[in-house]
Amino acid sequence: MRASVERLAGLLRKEALQIVRDPSALAIAFLLPAILLVIFGYGVTLDPHHVPLALVIEQPDAVTQSFVSELGGTPYFTTETFNTIQAADRAFDAREVSGIIWLRADFARQLSSRGDAPIGVIVNGVDANTARLIEGYLQQTWATWLSARSRVLGTRAGLPIEVQPRIRFNPAVSSRDYLVPGLIAIVMTLTGALLTALVIAREWERGTLEALMVTRASIREILLAKLLPYFVLGMGGMLATLVLAVTLFGVPFRGSLLVLTAAAALFLLAALGMGLLISSVARNQFVAGQIAVIVTFLPAFILSGFVFDIRSMPWAIRLITHIVAARYFVAILQSEFLAGDVWSVIVPNALALLIMASIFLGAARLGARKRLD
Amino acid sequence: MPAEGESPAALRLEKVSHEFVSAGRTAAALKEVTADAARGTVTGVIGPDGAGKTTLMRLAAGLLKVQSGRIEVLGIDVARNPDEARARIGYMPQRFGLYEDLTVRENLDLYARVQNVPAAERQARGGELLHMTGLGPFLGRLAGRLSGGMKQKLGLACTLVRIPELLLLDEPTVGVDPVSRRELWAIIEHLVRTEQMTVVLSTSYLDEAERCQRVLLLHEGHLVAAADPVSFAARSSGRSFHVSAAAISKRQLQEQLACTPGVLDATIQGAFVRIVIEPGAQPLPEALPPRGTPLRIVAVPPRFEDSFVAEIKSTPASSPPPAQAVARDKIPAIGGVRDTRPPERQGESASEGPVIFADRLTRRFGDFIAVDAISFEVHRGEIFGLLGANGAGKSTTFRMLCGLLPVSDGTLRVAGYDLRHAAASARGRIGYMAQRFSLYGDLSVAENLHFFASAYRLRDAHRRARIAWALEEFVLGAHADAVSRDLPLGYKQRLALACALMHEPEILFLDEPTSGVDPLARREFWRRINALAESGVTVLVTTHFMEEAEYCDRLAVLAQGRVLAAGDPESLKERARTAQHPQPTMEDAFIALLEAAAEPKAA
Amino acid sequence: MWRAIFALIVKELLAVLKDPKSRMVLVVPPLLQLIVFGYAATFDLNRVPIAVYDQDHSQASRDLVAQFLGSRIFEQVASPKSARQIDPLIDSRKVDLVLSIDRRFTRDLLTHRPAPVQLIVDGRDSNTALIILGYANSIITSFSLRWMQSHGDPPAPAVLDVRAQYNPTLRSQWFIVPGILAVLTQVVTLMVVGLSVAREREAGTFDQLLVTPFTQGEILIGKGLPGLLIGTVEASVIILAAVLWFDVPLRGSLFALYFGVLLFVASVIGIGLMISSIAVTQQQALLGAFLFMVPSIILSGFATPIANMPTVIRKLTWLNPMRHILIIVRGVFLEGSTTSAFIPEYAAMAAIAAVSLFAAGWLFRRRVY
Repeated sequence: MRASVERLAGLLRKEALQIVRDPSALAIAFLLPAILLVIFGYGVTLDPHHVPLALVIEQPDAVTQSFVSELGGTPYFTTETFNTIQAADRAFDAREVSGIIWLRADFARQLSSRGDAPIGVIVNGVDANTARLIEGYLQQTWATWLSARSRVLGTRAGLPIEVQPRIRFNPAVSSRDYLVPGLIAIVMTLTGALLTALVIAREWERGTLEALMVTRASIREILLAKLLPYFVLGMGGMLATLVLAVTLFGVPFRGSLLVLTAAAALFLLAALGMGLLISSVARNQFVAGQIAVIVTFLPAFILSGFVFDIRSMPWAIRLITHIVAARYFVAILQSEFLAGDVWSVIVPNALALLIMASIFLGAARLGARKRLD
Repeated sequence: MPAEGESPAALRLEKVSHEFVSAGRTAAALKEVTADAARGTVTGVIGPDGAGKTTLMRLAAGLLKVQSGRIEVLGIDVARNPDEARARIGYMPQRFGLYEDLTVRENLDLYARVQNVPAAERQARGGELLHMTGLGPFLGRLAGRLSGGMKQKLGLACTLVRIPELLLLDEPTVGVDPVSRRELWAIIEHLVRTEQMTVVLSTSYLDEAERCQRVLLLHEGHLVAAADPVSFAARSSGRSFHVSAAAISKRQLQEQLACTPGVLDATIQGAFVRIVIEPGAQPLPEALPPRGTPLRIVAVPPRFEDSFVAEIKSTPASSPPPAQAVARDKIPAIGGVRDTRPPERQGESASEGPVIFADRLTRRFGDFIAVDAISFEVHRGEIFGLLGANGAGKSTTFRMLCGLLPVSDGTLRVAGYDLRHAAASARGRIGYMAQRFSLYGDLSVAENLHFFASAYRLRDAHRRARIAWALEEFVLGAHADAVSRDLPLGYKQRLALACALMHEPEILFLDEPTSGVDPLARREFWRRINALAESGVTVLVTTHFMEEAEYCDRLAVLAQGRVLAAGDPESLKERARTAQHPQPTMEDAFIALLEAAAEPKAA
Repeated sequence: MWRAIFALIVKELLAVLKDPKSRMVLVVPPLLQLIVFGYAATFDLNRVPIAVYDQDHSQASRDLVAQFLGSRIFEQVASPKSARQIDPLIDSRKVDLVLSIDRRFTRDLLTHRPAPVQLIVDGRDSNTALIILGYANSIITSFSLRWMQSHGDPPAPAVLDVRAQYNPTLRSQWFIVPGILAVLTQVVTLMVVGLSVAREREAGTFDQLLVTPFTQGEILIGKGLPGLLIGTVEASVIILAAVLWFDVPLRGSLFALYFGVLLFVASVIGIGLMISSIAVTQQQALLGAFLFMVPSIILSGFATPIANMPTVIRKLTWLNPMRHILIIVRGVFLEGSTTSAFIPEYAAMAAIAAVSLFAAGWLFRRRVY
């Protein structure tokens, strides 16, 4: 027993020294996560703000003015006035504005006489998601304007139904608040799967694993010595991302650290298992790197619900997402950060992670022998 | 060396066969090998690259599944109890299995812990190993920054942190200079003596066989011979001779001797041609060509290699080495290469003065001076060797000569140009063959030839003619569509040479041209090079391989970026001649030179 | 000279196509990404699970619910019986939306008071939340307008008349699939070019190449042109897939598209050669390519609009060739634009290509030793 601990200590020390001295390990474990964090924390958001809109008001008056000020009162839009629809069209085609609001000459007259005065809205549908969000914002603005107007005029309510939206967990509907937590899954995939696969492949390439195999170190110790440092590194990455997310980017964290840590540990074990498996299939760094990117990194990015909602995907792809460990972790992450310890979310997803971790680690353990063939 | 009592052999192989499957094809690495290694001895597993040495070592270390046959290590069946066996052996893989981003101390420490050397012993054991290997001053250096020789010693030290009963060393001397090789052997012999350790090591250097108590000779997976090296070498005793002739050049003599019936082997050794004749044949001058020229024939003691070549050549039953099968008839007498050269080219470069001229050539990397003001010149038709250990500066010099590296200081002229600054077309006058035969592995033989023909701007009919010539001359026709990565090493080497000669260069640069190649392929290669030199091509070779040095007309021995000595092989050997060493080898000469260079500093 | 370069290009193409590893780079990731991006990368919602808490139990409320369920966007999976059951449904992610209709719904409608309808949405995925709200809002609005009409109320004074130009049904696929063209062309070109010099360095053939009469410029051309060829072929395959398989309309000028693709590939080649010149091993080259690729895709507007980014980052994206090609690809495919619409993009990419190729040449010369 003591002998085993001694051997393990030696191997762990070696691994730690290597991580510190290997630039590519540093790049994957620290540089790339930092870049991603900055990009997602500061740069990337799905929420349109200050969308440039062209306003064409053929006959400005008090009515149109009230609508325009309603538009300007929201953070969603910035408006630019054009005299003719043709000029607005040109700006639209040149992608200077994302939409046009067109109040025709008889707008005020029609509004006060028979109603149903059309507010012409043209949005650029190329980016369908943004177009849809703009449409939603406009609808809100319009509804607010209608009811404000009816209050002022003392007439009956604008629309018979008053929608009272209540957005749980993320009332400001900021996409950063759900993207940044999801990033933890990406960061942990990088260290857990990609880096682990690379460093083990390197040992194959350089023949050091071959040398280790013919020592007293058991295969269990060799594997453990690989898992532990990258486990620590992955958990460290998780904690660092968590701290930065909460302090720097103001993302709320409503769950318990304990639950998050436990779920992260499960996910990391699954990722490490994948990394081990990959490196035993591809014993060179180049191939291992590519396989790791294709089977772990890309799915974690696209098929995990990190950016794209899994429920929007066709059934065949939804089926595939079930074997993506990151999907379960992302679900837990989003709940932990924005909602809290929601056991009905945590338990099934954690269970799935547990199963995946045991399958991958088990397969890696079974596949590992102190042999080259 | 008989082991005391009935103690079983340290390593015993019984009818061991091994196959590898890759890309749907099976390749046999070992075929029914039965052999053993006695306790307390040094056993060498010897053979060229691809002979199955590494497979054998890995099987013995339990790193490969035993497919057929039985392997016992220290009386333990490796297939059944690999862990028990591993606990008692030490194993150093190829390239030493070191963590390059760990320091010397950290590597040693890692292996000491992994091998459960008690903390109390660790210090003493470490000190002992450092003393033995001379690595003490480099404790804090990263293993990746060590020279080849130091890496090898560190690798060895790591396997010795706990004294194993059986030590398996896979190619411990590859890429290591002669001095380090000698030191390694000293360590091994010391261990065998003091610790009663058994050592099994693999090597492709035949001259190392002579240091082993027993040799297992592998060739293409077959065990060709298992014998003690002295008696093995003695098999060709009375059949080895040095031949010299005053009237013709040694190269012409060698060429003609090689074609003589009854002569099994003819190689150039300094000023002489060494021949091995068939058993029973008489080395009478009249039986040997050229008739009429006075020959001087001196019987010499047999070498291990003599017997090896004789053995393989006289047993053509099992797949004969392809290189040899055709080489005999295919290589025409001297001039075969010359015949296809346009005659005017020869006249053109026949201008007086050296073809390669280096004067106070210097190269610095930061503070480090890799090449320190070396000067030499090479004349037309000469084979010139740069001999040196790893890190002596020969690669740097070579790269400067080829124009791959700018010169820091000094003058350099190759065919009248500094290739670094000359027009690209000037490079058309040189041919270059890199270490390890760097060709496009994914391309077929024909595609490689086509590419280099085009790269050297050969046109239409001329290009077709040269490609046809290459396929014919190097007997590559049957393999024209084969992917060059899958070729046997000997063929790769031929293809590389064919590509380098595509454009009939005046100067040929060869970087370690025959390392790892079997002795027969090496002979064939040098016959071609000799023929080229005879036809006026200037050849520059770098090597740390003493055997190749023998083929050179002149040599420059490099150490620490300086020329230690220059001259023809005989005169260099002459310097090392002492009373104890009446017949010094090139290696003796080399080591003597290095020691002489080190002495003034020490004094 | 051109013959020799041609031989270099042929060799390069053979090396890429014959090596199983490189072939894998060319075939597997593009195929996977085309499928994954083409189908998985979508923001369109359908069959969103919702719960309906109808306290009114009237004809009007049933009509409203029927409108929700008739849209195929929503699917009712729960009917909570009390207000306390609502939040757990959302928290456990069983439903994304709870439609809560007040007891006074019909009464308020008839008495011309604002009839309250509560929409409780799961905000954990804020984008989905906003889209769900948008859908729900428009269903309720159209219900309102119909109600006013059928009950003889005066119509609303003004209505929104929304038209989505270029993509009337707002399909995400039309946005994403042309984007894949840019992503995949970049990935493949970068892999082919970025790894090529490192591969030769590793194999030792690079020295062999340098001692032939090729000039460094010729070698660079020989390394770059195969990338251009492969990148353009890759782009063409995806254009075909977009039109024939994904039914994305191709409305603009093919010339404008291909001109953009060529400039784009040229700038990616420049970046690839820069990585290639610096990297010593293929593994380093791969890592370098990866370090460049991830931010460049995220900051290109491929999935997340550039307009939403902060000013500084928005300005930085001008250095990203993918940003420009995305504008061109989407412009040509959906907006039907022609060459004249993309002058700034062409100019920017040409500048990036020129600078990066020049830098690659400079690095190449320095790293040759």
